[in-house]
Amino acid sequence: MKKITLIIVILLITAFHSNISFADQKKNIDHITKNLRCLICQGQSVYDSQSDFALSMKKLIRNKIKEGNTEEEIYIFLKEKYGEWIVYEPEVNKNTIFLWGLPLILFIFGGLLIIRKVTIK
Amino acid sequence: MKNNKIFYFVVILIIAIFFVLLLGLKEEKNYSPQSDFKKLNSSISLEELYSGKNIFLNDLLINNELNLINIWASWCLPCKVEHPYLINLNEKFDVNLIGINYKDNLENSKNFLSDLGNPYDEVLIDKDGTKSIELGAIGVPETYLINNENKIIKKFIGPLDLDDYENIINLIKK
Repeated sequence: MKKITLIIVILLITAFHSNISFADQKKNIDHITKNLRCLICQGQSVYDSQSDFALSMKKLIRNKIKEGNTEEEIYIFLKEKYGEWIVYEPEVNKNTIFLWGLPLILFIFGGLLIIRKVTIK
Repeated sequence: MKNNKIFYFVVILIIAIFFVLLLGLKEEKNYSPQSDFKKLNSSISLEELYSGKNIFLNDLLINNELNLINIWASWCLPCKVEHPYLINLNEKFDVNLIGINYKDNLENSKNFLSDLGNPYDEVLIDKDGTKSIELGAIGVPETYLINNENKIIKKFIGPLDLDDYENIINLIKK
């Protein structure tokens, strides 16, 4: 009787653990595919798209995660194949510095204007 | 006076941003393959259509010949359009033509080749499309020209037309 209880407990723990790791993996895949542009239907992310390309991409990412690749490694692999265009969030380089820097400059400039107005009053 | 300076600065800034965004609108927004030569991923292995054997793509490339990889499917109408060009290339020129059958029903793909002719030296199958993504493909048909250093020197997205056909012939003759 004790043996059967032990086996049931072990099975339950294993099932619970595999459920958690499956949920983690799904969350990870969703996170990565939301940052990837579907190259067939360009208004959508790979996560949203049901095109053949997006479905294959999701499967490839699942395989890569199973193989132990990190999120960054997957982005590097895909950027090498499709270029920077595949990711929604572009990295900071000489072509995108204006894109990343401008909001910060405007924010600081606006902040300074407000501080000045307040102190003058 | 100071307020005027700030006003002009803001106006100039807004105009500058407007022109930057305007320039951005003129840029090509559709995906276009990169022009820099990429070495073929040597770890890609696919099943052969007729024998079912697993083969490394690199093992099929011939060193002293131009290699052409064509991704196709029997359900893809544009693939039928470009098929005569592939038949001609295989019959008339020294080119190693490798076909990758994309997400297809195997019987349909075999029927496609027996009905329209088989231009390929080897036909491999990509059941779930992941191998094509590893090659950098976005769909079917796509054709890659690979030089003797296993580098992709040209990508043709979509069906081959007469211009592409002539382009390939010129590269073969070089």
